[in-house]
Amino acid sequence: MSILDKHKILETNATLLLLCSFIVVSIGGLVQITPLFYLENTIEKVEGMRPYTPLELAGREVYLREGCYVCHSQMIRPMRDEEERYGHYSLAAESMYDHPFQWGSKRTGPDLARVGGRYSDEWHVDHLRNPQAVVPESVMPKYGFLERKRLEPEYIGDIMATNAIVGVPYTDEMIEQAQRDFRAQADPDSDYDGLVERYGDGVNVRNFDGQPGISEADALIAYLQMLGTLVDFSTFIPDASR
Amino acid sequence: MTEQNKKFDTDPKTTGHSWDGIEEFDNPMPRWWLITLYICIVWGIGYTIAYPAWPMVTRATAGLTGWSTRADFAAETAAQQAANAPFNNRLETTDLAAIPHDPQLGPYAVSAGAAVFKTWCAQCHGSGAAGAVGYPNLLDDDWLWGGSLEDIHTTVSYGIRNDDSADARYSEMPAFGRDELLDEHQIEAVVNYVMSLSGSPQDATMVDEGATIYADNCTACHTENAGGDRSLGAPNLGDAIWLYGGDYDTLIETVTNARFGVMPNWNGRLSEAEIRAVTAYVHQLGGGE
Repeated sequence: MSILDKHKILETNATLLLLCSFIVVSIGGLVQITPLFYLENTIEKVEGMRPYTPLELAGREVYLREGCYVCHSQMIRPMRDEEERYGHYSLAAESMYDHPFQWGSKRTGPDLARVGGRYSDEWHVDHLRNPQAVVPESVMPKYGFLERKRLEPEYIGDIMATNAIVGVPYTDEMIEQAQRDFRAQADPDSDYDGLVERYGDGVNVRNFDGQPGISEADALIAYLQMLGTLVDFSTFIPDASR
Repeated sequence: MTEQNKKFDTDPKTTGHSWDGIEEFDNPMPRWWLITLYICIVWGIGYTIAYPAWPMVTRATAGLTGWSTRADFAAETAAQQAANAPFNNRLETTDLAAIPHDPQLGPYAVSAGAAVFKTWCAQCHGSGAAGAVGYPNLLDDDWLWGGSLEDIHTTVSYGIRNDDSADARYSEMPAFGRDELLDEHQIEAVVNYVMSLSGSPQDATMVDEGATIYADNCTACHTENAGGDRSLGAPNLGDAIWLYGGDYDTLIETVTNARFGVMPNWNGRLSEAEIRAVTAYVHQLGGGE
C-alpha cells in the first residue's frame, strides 16, 4: 500500500496533481515532437528551395486572408491517383518556409501544391474574376475585387523580418530591398536584376494581371504561379525509409 | 457500512478512502477487459518493432517489415507503368499519323487521352472541349495553329507564347491602339470592315475605308482574303468563329490592345505517351485534319 499512500499525496493536493498531470502530458508531446527537430531525415535536402519573393509573400498573405486553405490543400500525398492528377508528391522541404504551412485538410477545390505554371496568367485572372466562366462546374466564389485593390508594399519588409525571426533565411539585403523587389517583379520593363540575383533565375517577372499598377491579384497570381515549381526534381533522390 | 450497502449479498470491499463519509468500492476491472488491455500493449510493442517508430540519434527505426509509404507508392506506380508499358511503348514509337488507324492502339490512345484531357486540359478548354471565351473550342475544324496530328502534338508539347519552352509557338499581334499605330477612327473603320466579312458591319459607310487600312496593316498575318495563317497562329477572320467575341466592342478592344493567349508546354509535365494519347483524343473530337 506504500505506493498508493504516496499517490494519496497527489490526490489530496490539486495544484500538485495539476503540475504532475502537465508533466506527464508534456512527456507524451515531447516524445513525438522533439525528434522532428534533430532527426536528419525530417526535412530532406533538395535543390532549388528559396524563400518567397516579396510579391509572392504578399500574395500568400492574400491567400491566407481570403481563407483559400479552407477549400484548397497544398499537400500531394504519395498515392498514384494524386500523382497522376497533381504531379510529384509534396516534400517536407517544399513547405519549410511556410509559417504556417498550408497543407490543409479539405479539398472542396483541387490541391494547389503544384499549380504553378499549370495555367496561364490570363487564365488565373479570368478564373479569379469568374470561376464559372472557365470551369462551369466550379463552386468557387468570385474574387474579381482583388484586381481592383491596389497593393502597396509598405509593410512587406516587416513581414519578411518576422518570417526571418522564425527561421526563413531572408538576408538583411532582401529585407532592405523588399519594396523595390516587390515592384520589380510585377513590371517586366523594370530593372529586376537585383531581384533575380537575390531569388534566382526562376523568378517569374511579369505583369501578372495584365493591368497597370500592382493589385492584390498580381500578388496572388505571382504566388500561385510559383507554387510547387521550386524544387529541382532532376536532382532529387527519394529517401526510401521515410 | 451505510444502510444502502446492505442490499448486497456480500459486503463489497472498499479502498479504504473516505471523503466526507463517501467511500470508494474496490471493484476490479472485468477479466476480459484486462486481458484485452494486455493484448493491446503487447501488440503495440510489436507494432513499433515491425513498423517505423522509435526516434534514434539521426533517424527513426525503419521497422522489421521495411514498410514505407514511398516504397509502397513506388511499387504501385511501377506496377501500373509495367502494365501499360506495352501500349505506351508502341504509342511512343508508332508514327503519329498511323495511331488512329491501329485497331488496338487507336482506342487505347483515345481513352487514355480522354483521362489526360480531363485532368490537365479541361480547366481551360472545358470538360467537353468546347472551350470558353479566350480558350479555343477544340470540337470544330477552325484551328489557330493547325489541326493535323503533327500540329496538335507540337502545340501540346511546347505550348503557345509561354516563357518555359524555347520551342513554344509564338506570334504577337501589335496593339494597334495602345501603341498608336492606328488612331481611334481607323480602328473603328477596320473593325467595321472585318465585321463585314462574316456578317453585318456596325456602320457600312466605313467598310471601304476599313478595307484599305486592313490591306495596309493586317494582310501580312491574316492574309488578303482574311483566311488567316496557321504558321503564325493568325485566325481566320471570315468564318464568324471568334475566340474573344465578334461583337463590335470586343473587336475594338482586340484591335486596340491585341490578344496574347498563352498555353503552357506540357512536355515537362506529361510523358510522351500521354502527349500522344491526348493528341489522338483531341484529333478525333470532330475537327481533326
